[in-house]
Amino acid sequence: MLRDLRASVIAVVALTVVFGLAIPAAFTGFAQLAFAHQANSSLIKVNGKVVGSELAAQAFDQPRYFHERPSGTTPPYNAAGTTFANLGPTNPDLAANIAKQAQAILKLEGPYNPGLTIHDIPVDAVTTSGSGIDPAISPAYAQLQSRRIASVRHLPLSTVQSLIHDNTDGRSIGFFGEPAVNVLKLNIALAKQTG
Amino acid sequence: MSGQGIGQILVYAVVLIALAYPLGLYMARVYTSERFGWGWLRAIEGGFCRLVGTDARREQDWKSYGKTILVFSIAFSAVLYAIQRLQGHLFLNPDHLKAVPSHIALNTTASFITNTNWQFYGGEFTMSYFTQMSALAVQQFVSAAVGMAVLVAVVRGLSRHNAKELGNFWVDLYRSLVYILLPLTLVLGVVLLSQGVPQTFGGHATAHTLEGATQTIARGPVAMMIAIKQLGTNGGGFFNSNSAVPFENPNGITNFLELIAILLIPAAQVFMFGKMVLARRHAVMVLAAMFVIFVAGLAIAVPSEQHGSQVLRASGVNITQGHGQSGGNMSDKEVRFGIANSALWATATTDASNGSVNGGHDAFTAYGGAVPLLNIFFGEVIFGGVGSGLYGMFFYIVLAVFIAGLMVGRTPEYLGKKIGAREIKYAAVGALFVPTMVLTLTALSVVTKSGLASIFNPGAHGFTEALYAYTSQSNNNGSAFAGYGATNFSAELGAVAMYLGRFAPLLAALALGGALAGKKAVPASVGTFRTDGPTFVVLLVGVILLTAGLMVFPALTLGPIVEGLSH
Repeated sequence: MLRDLRASVIAVVALTVVFGLAIPAAFTGFAQLAFAHQANSSLIKVNGKVVGSELAAQAFDQPRYFHERPSGTTPPYNAAGTTFANLGPTNPDLAANIAKQAQAILKLEGPYNPGLTIHDIPVDAVTTSGSGIDPAISPAYAQLQSRRIASVRHLPLSTVQSLIHDNTDGRSIGFFGEPAVNVLKLNIALAKQTG
Repeated sequence: MSGQGIGQILVYAVVLIALAYPLGLYMARVYTSERFGWGWLRAIEGGFCRLVGTDARREQDWKSYGKTILVFSIAFSAVLYAIQRLQGHLFLNPDHLKAVPSHIALNTTASFITNTNWQFYGGEFTMSYFTQMSALAVQQFVSAAVGMAVLVAVVRGLSRHNAKELGNFWVDLYRSLVYILLPLTLVLGVVLLSQGVPQTFGGHATAHTLEGATQTIARGPVAMMIAIKQLGTNGGGFFNSNSAVPFENPNGITNFLELIAILLIPAAQVFMFGKMVLARRHAVMVLAAMFVIFVAGLAIAVPSEQHGSQVLRASGVNITQGHGQSGGNMSDKEVRFGIANSALWATATTDASNGSVNGGHDAFTAYGGAVPLLNIFFGEVIFGGVGSGLYGMFFYIVLAVFIAGLMVGRTPEYLGKKIGAREIKYAAVGALFVPTMVLTLTALSVVTKSGLASIFNPGAHGFTEALYAYTSQSNNNGSAFAGYGATNFSAELGAVAMYLGRFAPLLAALALGGALAGKKAVPASVGTFRTDGPTFVVLLVGVILLTAGLMVFPALTLGPIVEGLSH
């Protein structure tokens, strides 16, 4: 018993120092040298100022920007407090949230898309993401927003659509995952186009 | 679901086996060579043994092996708890986080010592970099290595005759860490890093958004932790939303590799076992039984999620797959993963005792969410936790062989050893202790006021949250219907569940290994039930479904089944 205890205490200290400090510190040093951009959370700078991360959604409310999916974090798109919304599939709050979000989208996009109905809204546009900071929307939701963007920014629809295309991450090596449109990168590209 | 989705799942299974097979053979060498390693690595092993005062050639019997693990776990628990409570005064805390509340610290200590990684906290706003890296991530290595050591001890028991000793815990621990977990972690860590998973000691970043607001972006030493979290069937993420967060899992490639990592070592251990006991065909049949239940789970979960929930279908929005979206139940799921990859992850992470998630299980459909629950309730023997999965499977195998023996009226044999009353008792304890505890604790949590306080969703779904919480913690999985909240009551009850759920089966497995090691070899005869054919697969799957499945069925009817039918 005492023998085990003595061995355990020594092992706890040794393992903590090696696996908890030495190796991760060396790994971090390597990361900062070899992959500085990724290791520091893939920040995007515009004119020398950090405007966000490639990997985190941020709030867009103005009509001249593409909008993100709903977020379950407090406040929305909190990149320092990720969370699921955790509403079960039969929860009345879930139904209410979806209906509210769908109405808001119809009101916002309707004027630019004559004949738009709720059946045209893709599901990711009305559901919270897993992280609350999903940086992407589906290509379908980007298409839905494209006419508004073209109209508000006085751009040809084809220009907006080619920007969407440029900022769509296809399936990784053409196979894994699902196509996704990075909203922040798309909005930055738009802003560059029109100033 | 699309052909693309099915294709991704098929490629997953093929790549998994292609990697697990050579790894399993390599692991058998690691554990069976008297002196393994190269040059200085071997010298360090000698140094480690001298440091802890053990003679590498002196092996332990099952009681001594188990006792060392218990003492070691208690010592590490004390350190883990202390670091969480003192983190405010320690270094590597750039975001100035305060001490973790005592009930959360207790639950988290139990959670990481037992390889559960249940998270009653949000990592990025509760735990300092020091706590994440030097307390929690260390346990992600160590608790995994403990499970692997126990498995190899039990396998030695199966392969030896007229013996008492099962191995030297410190040597098995060291080799699991240094020759298996560490190299895999470094390789996976670098790939994740290159794809965008951060690794920094700089505190959170601040951004000025396009619309002029300020956004705080949490980061830290993430990449290495995520690698070992996936490989060691740990599951405890750096961030609250776990592998759904782009900083843990940025794209389709990382998702695929993290998915492979969930089942890689557990699948490899089946091949390792086959090599070590010289029963490769039997090992392949065990793997086949695992695949049967794995595929059955997928066949329910993927279509359920693609079909979507009643609320979504009634809402009128477009949930049909195609035309630029993956459709289905996208609630609490990420666009870059879509339905197939989220449902595959939920199935794999609960077949193993991993418990990491890339989407919120609480928001899964009734039947889509029942699959993870059922997988965990089976005791995570479908590949299972590193080590704990296969030693858990041995309980079911012994029961299956016993039942086969009863049917033909002969003394049951397994791998050339007669199975007696003692072995059956250990196997029964190992297989039934945890499910019994789950049902008891769930009942306790839904008949007490303090228990009910944790439930978030109304109706049958709320009951499923409680059932899932105690199933997950007792079986050391760690995934959650995450609406289930942390109270003093639920955190403390959970801690008890995790400790008992880890160490009762672990000791039962060692006892079983010890008992089998002492047996003499009996040559197989025509009456011996063959464990290397398809009949055995059918029997094994049947035993799993009937023992654990029937125990949980009444509870399932109160939760997911009622919810599914109430549409």
